Amino acid sequence: MRKILLYITILTTGLIFIGRLFYLQVVDTSLAIRSRDNAIKVIYDYPQRGYIYDRNGELMVSNQPSYDVMVIPRNLKPFDTTEFCNILSIEREDLEKKLDKARIYSPMLPSVVIPQLTKSEYAILQEKMRKYEGFYIQKRSLRDYQVDHSANVLGYIAEVNQSKVNSDPYYLSGDLIGRAGVEEYYEELLRGVKGVKYIQKDRFNRDIGPYKEGIYDTLPEKGKDISLTIDAALQAYGTKLMENKRGGIVALEPGSGEILALITAPTYDPAKLVGRKRSPNFTELYYDTIARPLYDRGLLAEYPPGSPFKTLNALIGLQEGIVDTNDKFSCNHGYAYGRGRKLGCHAHRSPLDMIPGIANSCNAYFANVYRRIIEKYPTPQEGMDVWHDHLASFGLGNYLGSDLTTGRPGKIPSSEYYNQIYNYPTYKWYATATISNAIGQGEVLMTPMQLANMTAAIGNKGWYYTPHILKEIEGKPIKDEKFTKRNYTSIDAKHFDPVVEGMHEVYKSGTASTLRIPGIEIAGKTGTAENFAKIDGKRVQLTDHSIFIAFAPVENPKIALAVFVENGYWGSRYAGRIASLMIEKYLKGTITRTDMEEWILNHSLEDEYAKPLSGEPFKINQ
Amino acid sequence: MSRSSAGFDWISIFIYLILICFGWANIYSASLGTNTGSYFDLGQPYGKQALFIGLSIFLIIIILSIEAKFYQRFSSIIYLVSLLSLAGLFVFGKTISGATSWYSFGSFGIQPSEFAKFATALALAKYLSDIQTNIRKLSHQVQAFIIIAIPALLIIPQPDPGSALVYAAFFFPLYREGLSGFYLVTGLSAVTVFILTLLVGPFWVSGGVLLIGLFLFFRKRKKRPGRVLITLFTIISIGLSFSVNYIFENVFEQRHRDRFNIVLGKEVDSRGIGYNTNQSEIAIGSGGWFGKGWTEGTQTKGHFVPEQHTDYIFSTVGEEWGFLGSAMVVILFVLLLLRLLQLAERQRNQFTRVYGYSVIGILFLHFLVNVGMVIGIFPTVGIPLPFFSYGGSGLWGFTILIFIFIKLDSDRLSY
Repeated sequence: MRKILLYITILTTGLIFIGRLFYLQVVDTSLAIRSRDNAIKVIYDYPQRGYIYDRNGELMVSNQPSYDVMVIPRNLKPFDTTEFCNILSIEREDLEKKLDKARIYSPMLPSVVIPQLTKSEYAILQEKMRKYEGFYIQKRSLRDYQVDHSANVLGYIAEVNQSKVNSDPYYLSGDLIGRAGVEEYYEELLRGVKGVKYIQKDRFNRDIGPYKEGIYDTLPEKGKDISLTIDAALQAYGTKLMENKRGGIVALEPGSGEILALITAPTYDPAKLVGRKRSPNFTELYYDTIARPLYDRGLLAEYPPGSPFKTLNALIGLQEGIVDTNDKFSCNHGYAYGRGRKLGCHAHRSPLDMIPGIANSCNAYFANVYRRIIEKYPTPQEGMDVWHDHLASFGLGNYLGSDLTTGRPGKIPSSEYYNQIYNYPTYKWYATATISNAIGQGEVLMTPMQLANMTAAIGNKGWYYTPHILKEIEGKPIKDEKFTKRNYTSIDAKHFDPVVEGMHEVYKSGTASTLRIPGIEIAGKTGTAENFAKIDGKRVQLTDHSIFIAFAPVENPKIALAVFVENGYWGSRYAGRIASLMIEKYLKGTITRTDMEEWILNHSLEDEYAKPLSGEPFKINQ
Repeated sequence: MSRSSAGFDWISIFIYLILICFGWANIYSASLGTNTGSYFDLGQPYGKQALFIGLSIFLIIIILSIEAKFYQRFSSIIYLVSLLSLAGLFVFGKTISGATSWYSFGSFGIQPSEFAKFATALALAKYLSDIQTNIRKLSHQVQAFIIIAIPALLIIPQPDPGSALVYAAFFFPLYREGLSGFYLVTGLSAVTVFILTLLVGPFWVSGGVLLIGLFLFFRKRKKRPGRVLITLFTIISIGLSFSVNYIFENVFEQRHRDRFNIVLGKEVDSRGIGYNTNQSEIAIGSGGWFGKGWTEGTQTKGHFVPEQHTDYIFSTVGEEWGFLGSAMVVILFVLLLLRLLQLAERQRNQFTRVYGYSVIGILFLHFLVNVGMVIGIFPTVGIPLPFFSYGGSGLWGFTILIFIFIKLDSDRLSY
């Protein structure tokens, strides 16, 4: 015992020490984090965000410098709060609240106290900055908009939210991030890479030089400049035409799938969401739940497509071989389909074959075609699925996969859908039960983007590129296979000729004959869609939506577009006029049909939109 | 070399050299700051330490050259000189950071308490190895205790309670030479009762003591220790337990209370008194498995740990060399101590054995208290880590301690 006491004591001590060291250095990792927090200061160098150009090289978005007042709560010393608040024109309580919030976020990491100072505020503050220990000014660059339209396309920049900070280590509290539109979708291209400097600090929190001689420091990388497929002039013109109306315009270049214009109405000036006024302005836009200016109708609104959908039924009919261009169907102010039910139609000569059928938008003609498609197969289920698959090949009933942050799939019903509704096989259903699909009402829903894309596919006679909005990165064309590979429809090219001719006839002799533009051959199709709203729990019919699709020139089209004007009554009334003007503007650059332009600019639908809100009985379709 | 010389123990010398060199590397890093000058810049602690190490080699050669018998013969004189030098501090001492522990010679200072350790060890060895001394006799125990206590009592008022605490190390040679285990049991029991009472309060401790006492009292054993003794022990323990609060609150000073509370986890104060330990733990913990690399420690560079090149030098080892490096240092110390223990046990000469045990005890106590403090399992007590902490007196003190023993060991065959 006398000999081994010291042995045992020494060995035990050694083991306890090694155990304790193992705990401190290997098991308990919180100490390493605290070390990083108190010994190394990280300074970020924010790069300029990339510029955004339109397809013709016109600058749409650039940058302006902005100055944020930042705080590191741990370094705060008592200061003259009254003077500080006066310079920045904020309330003392607001300041305290912001400082408390910063403390909760982290006493050691910087938080934004006052974002985006004006230049004059910055000038005054900068002189006195040394009096406010713990505060410093972080220079950032803010967006500077060169255009007053396209807010829906461009999106906006905002402070990154906490959940993004938690999930993406690139972002720190107070960083700016693209929200919505191109700014969000191409955030990583546009933002560049922020530079970082690690500074070694001592226990008095003084800088004592770069950490490890700066081997971990990086330089900021400027954001990439990008060119959009948007034509800024066309976009501006469309925005002007859509003033005082609600709806959307989507224009594509059929040969490339490039989005020439993406317009929603009502809209707002993108400059509204920049600077210190961003927050109240955003709140105002966000809470306008009636006009919904933040809602991109071109991408999100799912409307019944109406008559333009008939062109697709004609194509499917030809492809399935159940109709010939010479087959005539008679129309007696509509199509009767048993037990006294009838799908109404307007007055026109009868019977009609395909081309005048399209030109005159005869409901009876397409009811016959649709019924034959569904009934070609032993069961309506099979017929419905064949019909569904043809439509799916046009990109309908599903997301298109564009480089846009929002979108909707629309709806193309399948046999499964009707089986569920009719509780098959307990109850059976037949083609006639779904006859409204023949004329694009029924269960079919499409977004204006899908309508435009379908129009482009018809103009191309059987194929389309996935619509996209990015044209070039730093002057180099995009190479993403998603946007440079053709998607073929399930309809053979030869079947498009009669349909295109029918659509051309719409302008020559049909429902849009008053909208002709000298010197441009246009193929189009009007649409008028019934729609309903719930008012005080009752389903009330509102004035029809005015719809128009068109592409031009008929041979080798350069533009295909869909125009949707909510409650604009019949197709050629609002949408048709706007479509024709857009085509002329894009192809010619000038407007010859000034009568038509004037009519659109002077007509407002605000009264129409006020009707269901007035609380009084109203008449529709006047 | 005489016929009786067995040669020097190169294992100990080798470990000593590794520790000295590694220690210097860490002092360099800890005192480097941002300036990168010459390794031998005498204006910087690392430069001075390099000089001290050089002088140590010189000192070693002298120690090993002197006849081994000299140390035994002159131990009393060395002890007396040492006591005089300690006493002289009250008159001529220089006060540095609150403690009058130095004689000043220009820019260098000598700290006699570092040299008193080996002197006391020699004196104790001399006394115990005297043929007339019987450590089992109380009067001789008292005499041995006086030899140890005089230097300790001279050091306490400097004030340097840490260095005085080291004199507890002499328990080990005394026990080895036959001091009753009663002191060990009593001492350990008192410490255990004290700490447990601070942690859980006197009622639980008294209850526990009572149970143990009853168990021992009624246990059937062939060699039953006196029931009177057990009863006495139990009563005193309970009495101590109830007086702990009084001692803690009235005898201890606030800083002592704080240090205890922090180690016992009863108080968390990472800004004030707990700052040192907290920063030291952060530095060590941030080292991870492999450390941040020599002179790359961010905590060390930022001088977050106070006294880092002296008492807290081990935190630099932890930060820059990681678990592997700091565990290596612990292992080297354990190896050195065990090797010296092996040497001590092989002595036929009682003087050498007692001296060896004293050396091991002193080194061990420094190691235990210093590393224990730096890694946060001991209260803050300011004593250096042998061979690592910056300081010439300390380095020389430890060097003399060890090398006198190595010299004595080399002479063991002459007995």
